[in-house]
Amino acid sequence: MSYPEFLAQYGGRYIDGALITAAQFLLAAALAVVMALIMGVMKLSANPVSKGIAVVYIEFFRGTSLLVQLFWLFYVLPLFGLTFDKFTTGFVAVGLNLGAYGAELVRGAIQSVPKGQWEASYALSMSPATQMRRIILPQAFVAMLPPWGNLIIELLKGTALVALIAVSDLMFEARQINGSTYLSAQAFGTALIIYYIFARFLITPFMRWLERAMARRLGRG
Amino acid sequence: MQWNWEFTYEIMPRMLWATLNTLMAAGVGYAIAVVLGLALALAQRTPYRGLTLVVREVVEFIRSTPLVLQIFFVYYVGPQYGLNLSPWVAGMIAIGLHYASYLSEVYRGGIESVPKGQWEACIALNMTPVKTYFRVIIPQALPPSVAGMGNYLVGIFKDTPMLSVIGVAELMHAANAIGGQHYRYLEPYTIVGVVFLMISLPSAGLIRAFEAWVRRKLGMR
Repeated sequence: MSYPEFLAQYGGRYIDGALITAAQFLLAAALAVVMALIMGVMKLSANPVSKGIAVVYIEFFRGTSLLVQLFWLFYVLPLFGLTFDKFTTGFVAVGLNLGAYGAELVRGAIQSVPKGQWEASYALSMSPATQMRRIILPQAFVAMLPPWGNLIIELLKGTALVALIAVSDLMFEARQINGSTYLSAQAFGTALIIYYIFARFLITPFMRWLERAMARRLGRG
Repeated sequence: MQWNWEFTYEIMPRMLWATLNTLMAAGVGYAIAVVLGLALALAQRTPYRGLTLVVREVVEFIRSTPLVLQIFFVYYVGPQYGLNLSPWVAGMIAIGLHYASYLSEVYRGGIESVPKGQWEACIALNMTPVKTYFRVIIPQALPPSVAGMGNYLVGIFKDTPMLSVIGVAELMHAANAIGGQHYRYLEPYTIVGVVFLMISLPSAGLIRAFEAWVRRKLGMR
């Protein structure tokens, strides 16, 4: 079978898989961003309880691997009566894992905001919440966007693992097609190329655009 | 579902044995990555523009596609063309290549951080390019690279569970096998998580200490 024939026959399944991967990616990214913001701010908190929660969350999810967490959520949680469908388990595991890495970026970026900014907003008697929201976080955003670009690519790659709990994403389809055709180079190669297109021509340009847009909003463009 | 200590003790020897395999996989993969990564970094610094572009694109491709898919690709594509690789060999090639592309970026950053005057001095002393790199540039590029190299050492360790998908007998593979035999997933998967935490948390600290030691040894504060 020539490659165009291969694509004509199985292209539809790759598109289905790519859509599932895109959905997993978007949901996991949203969860990761939310977790990173909450835990990153909590890690800087003076309250030992909230700081402790953040430290445990970050060290736990960064210290064990994503695949282990995914399997643990999928096989072990149901034993305690907590059952999620595999699609939810997939993006929750990926989002929680990458959120822990993101939390460290958030913490670093908040700490990199110059001290004068904290003092000035304090002098203007802003409440801590307003200070965070209006002064510190916007500046921290600009500082942390470049490393987030790398993290988001890691997140996309992480979503490939959900195929191992039988979510029918791009990698799952590639394995199925490989199993039925034995055309491994075509089956896995096509999936690799689609992942590459996602990363290089959709996500990276979007993050670059976001970096520029955020810098412009702060008058640094 | 209750935690069963008796079962835990029963499977412990097998899990510890598999831990050794995990460590070996991480070590061998890392050794490949360290050497190959340097080659990839240096290949991007030759005067041949075409070679630089090709290597750059290959590194980008490997970095932005999922490791687990690359593992499948290497393992299954060989037999299609009459080259049979054992799971260990295929796994080491895939994980070594993946991390080589990461490490090449670390080296590149390190090499670029060496002041320009050092290069000029080497030219003035009429040193050959090989001597310039191995006697002057690389020793100075190492300390700034140590932190990144250390992070990827922990990273490769945490990515070894992915090798279980092609049947490398590491920790995750053992946990899957035990789970399947005894229909108990709680203990094996939890042990995997604990082992990963117990190894990766202290090693992060050790790497920071090692980085400080390298800097002191080379008189860089």
